[in-house]
Amino acid sequence: MNDQHMNDTSQKVQALILTGFGINCEEEYAAAYRLAGAEATIVHLNQVLHGHVSIHDYDILNFPGGFSFGDDLGSGVVLANKLRYRKNAEGRTLLDDIKEFVANGKFVMGICNGFQVLVKLGLLPNLSGNVTPEVTLTHNASGRYEDRWVRLKVNPKSNSPFLRGLDTMEVPVRHGEGRLIISGTDTLTHIEEQALNCLSYTDFDGSPTDVYPHNPNGADLNCAGLTDTTGQVFGLMPHPEAFLSLYNHPDWARRKRLNPGLSEEGDGLRLFRNIVEHVQSQRQTAVSPQEASQFSS
Amino acid sequence: MESTQRTIQLLLKPGQHDGEGQRVAEVAQRHLGLTTGRVQSTALYTVRYPVTDEQLRDFATHCLQDPVLHDVALDEFRHEPAYKSYILVAKLPGVTDDEGISAQNALGDFLNQPLDTHTQHIFSKRLYFLEHELPESSLRRLAEELLGNKLINRFETGPITDIRDYTPRPGGGAESITNLVPLTNLADSELVQLSKDNLYALNLEEMRAVRDHYVAIAPERQAAGLPADPTDCELEIIAQTWSEHCKHKEFSAVIKYKDADTGEEHEIDGLFKTYIKNATSEVDRQLRANGNDWLIKVFSDNAGAVRINPESLFVWKVETHNSPSAIDPYGGAITGILGNNRDPLATGIGGARLLFNTNVLCFGNPEFNGTLLSNQLHPRRIFEGVRKGIEDGGNKSGVPTVNGAIVFDDRYAGKPLVYCGTGAVMPMQLAGLDSWEKKIDAQDRIIMAGGRVGKDGIHGATFSSIELDETSPATAVQIGSPITQKLAMDFLVLATRRGLIKCSTDNGAGGLSSSIGELATISGGAVVELEKVPLKYPGLRPWEIFVSESQERFSLAVEPAKMDELLALGREMEVELTDIGYFTADGYLDVRFDGDSVARLNMEFLHNGVPRKVLEAEWSKPQASEPTLPATSDYTDVLTRLLGSLNICSRESVIRQYDHEVKGRTIIKPLMGATGQAPQDAAVVRFNFESWEGVAVSNGILPRFGDLDAYHMSAGAFDEAVRQIVAVGGKLPNLSYGDGNFWSVNDNFCVPDSVYDATTNPDGKLKLAKLVRMCEALRDATAAYCIPLTSGKDSMKNDFKADGVKISVPPTVLYSMTAKIEDVRHTITSDFKQADDVIYLLGETYDELGGSEFYQLFGELGANVPQVRFDKAKELYTLMGQANDQHLIQSCHDLSDGGLAVALAEATFGHGYGATVDLLEGLPVHVQLFSESHSRFVATVAPEDVVAFEQHFGARATRLGVVTPDSQLTVRHAGQPVVAASTAVLRHEWTNGPVNRIIGFGQPAGEEAAR
Repeated sequence: MNDQHMNDTSQKVQALILTGFGINCEEEYAAAYRLAGAEATIVHLNQVLHGHVSIHDYDILNFPGGFSFGDDLGSGVVLANKLRYRKNAEGRTLLDDIKEFVANGKFVMGICNGFQVLVKLGLLPNLSGNVTPEVTLTHNASGRYEDRWVRLKVNPKSNSPFLRGLDTMEVPVRHGEGRLIISGTDTLTHIEEQALNCLSYTDFDGSPTDVYPHNPNGADLNCAGLTDTTGQVFGLMPHPEAFLSLYNHPDWARRKRLNPGLSEEGDGLRLFRNIVEHVQSQRQTAVSPQEASQFSS
Repeated sequence: MESTQRTIQLLLKPGQHDGEGQRVAEVAQRHLGLTTGRVQSTALYTVRYPVTDEQLRDFATHCLQDPVLHDVALDEFRHEPAYKSYILVAKLPGVTDDEGISAQNALGDFLNQPLDTHTQHIFSKRLYFLEHELPESSLRRLAEELLGNKLINRFETGPITDIRDYTPRPGGGAESITNLVPLTNLADSELVQLSKDNLYALNLEEMRAVRDHYVAIAPERQAAGLPADPTDCELEIIAQTWSEHCKHKEFSAVIKYKDADTGEEHEIDGLFKTYIKNATSEVDRQLRANGNDWLIKVFSDNAGAVRINPESLFVWKVETHNSPSAIDPYGGAITGILGNNRDPLATGIGGARLLFNTNVLCFGNPEFNGTLLSNQLHPRRIFEGVRKGIEDGGNKSGVPTVNGAIVFDDRYAGKPLVYCGTGAVMPMQLAGLDSWEKKIDAQDRIIMAGGRVGKDGIHGATFSSIELDETSPATAVQIGSPITQKLAMDFLVLATRRGLIKCSTDNGAGGLSSSIGELATISGGAVVELEKVPLKYPGLRPWEIFVSESQERFSLAVEPAKMDELLALGREMEVELTDIGYFTADGYLDVRFDGDSVARLNMEFLHNGVPRKVLEAEWSKPQASEPTLPATSDYTDVLTRLLGSLNICSRESVIRQYDHEVKGRTIIKPLMGATGQAPQDAAVVRFNFESWEGVAVSNGILPRFGDLDAYHMSAGAFDEAVRQIVAVGGKLPNLSYGDGNFWSVNDNFCVPDSVYDATTNPDGKLKLAKLVRMCEALRDATAAYCIPLTSGKDSMKNDFKADGVKISVPPTVLYSMTAKIEDVRHTITSDFKQADDVIYLLGETYDELGGSEFYQLFGELGANVPQVRFDKAKELYTLMGQANDQHLIQSCHDLSDGGLAVALAEATFGHGYGATVDLLEGLPVHVQLFSESHSRFVATVAPEDVVAFEQHFGARATRLGVVTPDSQLTVRHAGQPVVAASTAVLRHEWTNGPVNRIIGFGQPAGEEAAR
């Protein structure tokens, strides 16, 4: 759908979306980037693990939701383990590449199971910088998997370009293991001080809450998402890629009746527009103003 | 503990909430009356792979342990001293162990070694500690009823001082044994006994046909160097192919039908041919005559296919998985979902992308407190197990469960009905070929893809063709592995688009025997080399390998030249592919093991040799009368009780545990509105992100009306499904030339044994007559609406016999419908949208309370069963389509269980609105409020559209009142309020009904115990 400007395709923001082994939200994830004006490529995890595809050819590395490897050992555990230990022909792990990728100023995002992978791997919150697990995501306080819509508030102090300019968001959660547990007051303090708890579950009035079902899983700090200290690595339990159009929302029909001119875009799409625009603006500042004007339409 | 195996135990750290342990303690108390004290749950991994002490420790701490949550114990069973008893839950040999396989995967990554996947090296188990010292019998009961299923699990229980471990060992050595089964001189009684002993499920006439065939071909077999007597494998193949499940013998039978009331008699030349196939042919003729040629494939493949647009097909199938769900609810339901997913996946060439699941469940009363029969599971346990199976089957496959229904009736207590439906989208062309066609030539290779073969599911096809009793076989249980299937599914999507697969089919009931047996009819034969089939463990005989129903497998036909590329893709995507033979054109299904013949069957005899059954049906109208009810005028109380009744109350606790919006395309979900609690009629799903085209999905099922008249039950169920789609804005098909508005319907009959037998089934003729009448209604409905059937299924033996008692399901039919939605943005939800909108009743109410939920409340059945007036219904639905084109309708909810009163209440649940409504003169108040007459809706209209709306509908619309801002539902008759209730109170009753109470909802787990 974005192929009409064939000549500037190479300059589009490139999003790499991993799939395979039980990942199952890759199609809507790719749609989100395409609707936000980026190029999205869905690639089987083994293509990356075996070194056939290099993450360094992309701007944003994405871990979608699903049940990677069935999630039988705990959500995201087997995939995180693969990223840390499985070596390609050159003896490198994918984690080696991801560290380099982030050091190069690029972006990593994980949604739901993808968030769980980033947490179990230790890329989030990564206070130590050593990529070791510091917090965990475990079974919801309700003991149940749940699909329901929640309201999120963005931490105004968050430095992450994914969330810049956003205040609140409605999105669905669809998980059984989304309860963030932060053990140790040091870890908790550091996360709060650096505003790494970038998203909170809120009640109808917009105040962060620990009350079920507004907070669907009982997460510490009512926290729905984390970033690392750079803001480049971002993960969240809810699914922004499931709210790309107004018509995903359970109350769309009444809202449209009240306001026939309502935008047909969903809240989730704003997040993707944000990061795509940020990467584009980074590039614009990296090239001369004259060149930049060529693709600033 | 054996010295060669090591054990890793994960325990929650002190202070971490043990949700599972707590739940076990609560449920043991609540459902079994067992006081356990505190329960601690731990995970065990038994490692048989050689590792050093250091490797074991590092693997445990780096790969299995969550450092925030867990402590690790190695080679010990650690527990706090306060605990007195233990329960170990392990898996029986060969049972799918996804968790063990995942751990093995992690160990391979950790060591950077490719672990031999042909051997299971890591076994997962659960070990529970109980604070109280419970007797062996209580521990075992807790284990069998709450923690596992004895058909799948091995339990060890006892005092904590004496913990016994158990790790499955593969079976004995190879068993390449094929026996002969002489038939020639067997007497009739011996033939019948042989069929029963071997679970062939063939009757005397069929056994005779087999015997006579072997007598006739003895010289031919001798000349070919084959024994005269059939092999065990040959008889198994025949039994599977001729099973009711696969051959639909009763739907093909000649039926002598008699109406006992009028004395009329006639003969029916097969139910399927007369009422389903011919009816659809007639619909297709009418469609094509009007430029609508979207009906692409009906009845001839795993799923039916209709054209969405010039680029893509919609593929759609609904199946049942009743018998397995009765004995292992979780396993039965998950394999039902995954198995049904494989139908659209393996239609035509294969590789459709799954779009949604839907499911309809029929259970006994989950609050049953009587005595269960031998081996009968409690309805609550079946409900919970099936629900969990659907959760895992759908969620883990990434397929949204977009809607469904749950019906409760005591007669489903022996055998539940578990209907699973899956819709998918396939390109019209795959690598330049018509995607829906199955083509195979001699010499094409037969590839088995996906899971491995074990003893699970042996005899599933024949087993589901007989009644269940207390001795039903354990091997008929299969365990699903969603992750294995997801890998195979991803592979199939890629491989078909690259043109590597000529066609594919599912290995479901009957396993390889069925899938290859059917594919071989295309080329005209096949040679199968069974020794190549990868097994879960040794010890299977050739016939077992061939008929095993081990899950997550596909059979593919592949051109020899494409083999290398296909196998390379399989390796890359970690999907096991095995070349197990090739197709031929010699007319024989030729099965070998290590070169020796195991079975060689003439395909003509195999597929067309089954004798046609002749069955008797006799109809007489049931004695029924309208009841005299106690005088009441408190209809507020009646409505409140209806909303809290088992068949009407909220299913939110079930719905929210299903992912209904993965893929990001679900537009109308089961529950909508600002509250997320307004129940909807049909689901609506868009096909992709590039257009607004979509599909509406609905289900119609009304078993209770069948007690009065099976014809009107069937007609009503069909109408219910149609009107749900019309309610959300769907249009009937073929209204104008070439409108391209596809509809695709699956019929699913689930009936009790309907074959008359003077002693074992004395009312068999009446049951069959009911089935005939259900089919007559189906024919009339398809013709009236011009809606085609595209696929379907019949399940004929839904009875459970034990301890001399038989529980039979009521004759049940489910119509699952899909229809194209041109633009999903113009669909309509059921909830009231704005105050001052005007409320209308569309359609006509009759004195039809027979079989209603209202009568049910008073323990009455009544007589006046609701009837469908097809002509009037079609006219109304057509008017609604036109009104929607003009955007005249703001909300629309179909009237079904509980009638107008319940529909009005439900329409207020999405937001804080109320309604004030005036009933008409004429029919009595309770009839207007609670009659379940078909083809009716409650709709709201914006004040500015009222004139246009009333002009458009004329007498078909009755103005009832207005939406109010005050959260009050007021219904008046002759100026007097007959219902006056707070909508918040009504919603509370509905939300806190028995279903949400049983499934436990709305509270964190820890608070459940307090209630």
